[in-house]
Amino acid sequence: MTGLLELLGLGASAELLSLSGWGGNLLRGLANSLQIAFGAFGLGLVIGLFGAYGKLYGGKVTRDLLAIYTTVIRAVPELVLILILYYVGSDIINKISEAMGGGRVEINGVAAGIWVLGIVQGAYATEVLRGAIKAVPVGQIEAAKSYGMPAFLTMRRVTIPAMMSFAVPGLANLWLIATKDTALLAVVGFNELTLETRQAASSTRAYFTFFLAAGFLYLMVTLCSGAVFARVEKWARRGQPSLKGGAR
Amino acid sequence: MHTATAAASVPETGTPREAIRVEDLHKSFGNLEVLKGVDLTARQGDVVAIIGGSGSGKSTMLRCINFLETPSSGKIVIGGEEVAMRADGSPANQKQIEKIRTKLAMVFQQFNLWTHRTLLENVIEVPVHVLKVPKAQAIERARELLERVGLGGKEDTFPAYLSGGQQQRAAIARALAVNPSAMLFDEPTSALDPELVGEVLTVIRDLAAEGRTMLLVTHEMKFAREVANHVVYLYQGRIEEQGPPAEVFGNPQSDRLKQFLSSVA
Ligand SMILES: Nc1ncnc2c1ncn2[C@@H]1O[C@H](COP(=O)(O)OP(=O)(O)OP(=O)(O)O)[C@@H](O)[C@H]1O
Ligand SMILES: [Mg+2]
Repeated sequence: MTGLLELLGLGASAELLSLSGWGGNLLRGLANSLQIAFGAFGLGLVIGLFGAYGKLYGGKVTRDLLAIYTTVIRAVPELVLILILYYVGSDIINKISEAMGGGRVEINGVAAGIWVLGIVQGAYATEVLRGAIKAVPVGQIEAAKSYGMPAFLTMRRVTIPAMMSFAVPGLANLWLIATKDTALLAVVGFNELTLETRQAASSTRAYFTFFLAAGFLYLMVTLCSGAVFARVEKWARRGQPSLKGGAR
Repeated sequence: MHTATAAASVPETGTPREAIRVEDLHKSFGNLEVLKGVDLTARQGDVVAIIGGSGSGKSTMLRCINFLETPSSGKIVIGGEEVAMRADGSPANQKQIEKIRTKLAMVFQQFNLWTHRTLLENVIEVPVHVLKVPKAQAIERARELLERVGLGGKEDTFPAYLSGGQQQRAAIARALAVNPSAMLFDEPTSALDPELVGEVLTVIRDLAAEGRTMLLVTHEMKFAREVANHVVYLYQGRIEEQGPPAEVFGNPQSDRLKQFLSSVA
């Protein structure tokens, strides 16, 4: 193995990327990135579900507030949002802490990242889920109603399962965006994959090696996600004959 | 065909109690008044056929009875219990509506089975999650009911893989699973290919013979005449004529009914 790498002139790269060297840092960065992506995606789903229901069934005030939320978040570039939410957020937390007589608080990077990206994801998820809920045939919900299902049970047992097949492709996109948006957190000094890569590269001057390695890691995340979402989509579409035929 | 399991649900004999009563029911959609004061009573064991031209308000009337549509005004009494309504006709007590709905099983023109659930799951859904029947018991009953409507062996099939006739029979099994005190059918065979109509009518005929209370909106005049003991003819949101099938079909009084019957014959 080592012999082969030497032969290809990649010995130096292999050494740089070894786990005891900078490679370990890259993997730690990746772990941080994934943690944030997971959290943000999950938070986004929760916000999105409430947002979608609020937009569809809420009163005038709820709908207006949600319209402002989704419009503003989707209009402003993510990088700018991250800077605003991060600095405004930590400022508010510190103000509160000082008002309560405490000192300045150390903001937990992961938690901050999840909040910031989660709020961004929530705006997109609201629209994805709203569309999916609207695509559920009314008859499905009417049947639930006509058999005395209360609203929340209907949502849990009928609407959400029935909308999943419409929502999954959009949600898969959102997840991939979440994994990549974590890179933007580098601007606030958070040690995710991109920042770790930049540090490794500038310390060793092996830019090509490290950015290629980081690109490879992002690609692997995408490929694995693709496989997972393919299965989720298959499950969500259970009961629907495939478009390729084979029904009946 | 499948009468073996019927005994349990036959209402006791004696003077039949009132199952559904509708008094002076009005319903408007915006400026369009669709129901203009409908009165209707069904006693236990009655099979009431509701006939009338397209747009006469048959579906709307049926849907007002279980509050899928909110009536504009009137009074609805189900099994002796009056539904509490606000001045604008909207239900005053959502819990009461939900309770009443579990007693009125609806069968839709478009079946409306839950597409992401198998037939068995469709049939046990309401018993398990709304009526809190133990799951094993619900499954056992669901199997019996599916067997009864001729769908034994299809328990694990998803609705989309079945014919319309099979789906409608499954929807009837779903309705029976809640032990309804009355069943509401809204044109149960209108979405079916002609050769599939018969199998669904056979199931409904059995239910009628067994003494189930039903309101049946239908365009199948021959069938209505055969199974119903009371026929209601709706014309533009009013009951134009009603009576026993032999009277309504054999000796129609109003010109509108005469014309309607000759147009569908
Ligand atoms: N949700 C609604 N909003 C507005 N108008 C409606 C609505 N539902 C029904 N209508 C109108 O009410 C009238 C009666 O409709 P309904 O569906 O009760 O007729 P029907 O007797 O069942 O007819 P069909 O035999 O075609 O099913 C029609 O003119 C219809 O256009
Ligand atoms: Mg109708």
